[in-house]
Amino acid sequence: MERDDLIVNDSYALNAHHSEEEGVKIRKKIVFVTVLLTLITAVEVAMGIFFKRSETFTWETIKWSFIFLTLVKAGYIVMIFMHLGDERKNLRNTILVPYLVFIIYLIFIALTEALGHLDNFTVLH
Amino acid sequence: MGGHSDENLTKAELWGGGRSPFGVTYGKMMMWFFLVSDALTFSGLLVAYAFSRKASESEWPIGEQVFRSLPGLEGEYPLIYVALMTFILIVSSVTMVLAVEAGHRNDKRGVLRWMGATIIGGAFFLGSQAWEWSHFIHGSGGHFNLAAEVVITDDDGNEHTLAEDTPIYMDHHFGDLAMAMHDDPANVLEVEDHGHLKLVHYGEHTHEAELHSLTLNKYISGETHVIGDDAVKLWNNRKEGAMVFGANMHDNEYAIQQSYANFFFFITGFHGFHVFSGVIINIIIFFMALNGVFERRKHYEMVEKTGLYWHFVDLVWVFVFTFFYLI
Repeated sequence: MERDDLIVNDSYALNAHHSEEEGVKIRKKIVFVTVLLTLITAVEVAMGIFFKRSETFTWETIKWSFIFLTLVKAGYIVMIFMHLGDERKNLRNTILVPYLVFIIYLIFIALTEALGHLDNFTVLH
Repeated sequence: MGGHSDENLTKAELWGGGRSPFGVTYGKMMMWFFLVSDALTFSGLLVAYAFSRKASESEWPIGEQVFRSLPGLEGEYPLIYVALMTFILIVSSVTMVLAVEAGHRNDKRGVLRWMGATIIGGAFFLGSQAWEWSHFIHGSGGHFNLAAEVVITDDDGNEHTLAEDTPIYMDHHFGDLAMAMHDDPANVLEVEDHGHLKLVHYGEHTHEAELHSLTLNKYISGETHVIGDDAVKLWNNRKEGAMVFGANMHDNEYAIQQSYANFFFFITGFHGFHVFSGVIINIIIFFMALNGVFERRKHYEMVEKTGLYWHFVDLVWVFVFTFFYLI
């Protein structure tokens, strides 16, 4: 296995400078992600406007779509904008695992518990 | 993962330095750890919001019915303003990542240009949030409560039996004068004009507003309008002194539960405070770059670290947008 944790010369990020060509490539990726994030937000708003909450089945699907699109957006922000995709696996997992646990919990709460307006206002005490 | 027990590493190799499991500087690692803990704080807030919503005995307001105004425009534009705010924040995140990228090439002018754009984007977002808060606090017409059970027929011809204390929503022209009457009954008169009910406010300038229509269930599902004699009937059955306009720390016109307004203020306010501190930090880094501090250090890692914080602020907004406004 190739060791990636040994400090060889100046392999720290702050000493690794990019060339102009690398810059052009990175900027292309940034533009792509920008367009994608904007499109996703526009789709989310359109869905929020056009689909009515009274139709229980449709609204369930819409909710799932909102959450899926949000996670796609979050993934692109973290991996590309915050460069976590370029970091080492050790650091990446240290950060992502706690986040993921809470995100899954949040989705569970929002989808199964926060349906107050659909199930005849059942009260939990 | 799981160590390298199969490799023959000497004690010096393991503990004597020379290894960097994360391969990042101390500062950058600590920024990441701070962001993890801050993310847990925001997750806690959003989870608490979802729980309160579930535990609520009455219906919870719907995002696209509460947030549907644009500055200076009449009419309804559900969620458009919030989407615009999201777009502003995404764009400022993009300019930030371009500043980081310029830093990697030691391009001082690029860093300054994109950091400047990021600061402007952040200021725009804060301004938008100030308008949204102001609009939320002032409300869009307010409501009064019924003093007794009333039976009326709505715009679509459906009959409704409304219980005592049902909130009845006014449009903002009529609501403004109702508010003036609520605050100072002596200056506002109710006038009957060719069969129409009007409120007239006498002051430096005389204002008047006609009772065109009242709304039931304005912020929840099943919104309906009531016009004509039925609207007058509702208005005449109002409970004295029980009007709510906009939102504050005690009352809000959007929901029966005050926790709805409290969550709005706390979640968007806490996020807004993050944006505010992000703008301040960005300004400091901008001037450090301008003074050539990073040129002397021969690296722009500070831009990268503030960039992480700024992207995190954008990331949190993506989740607030979904879990507070959309769902």
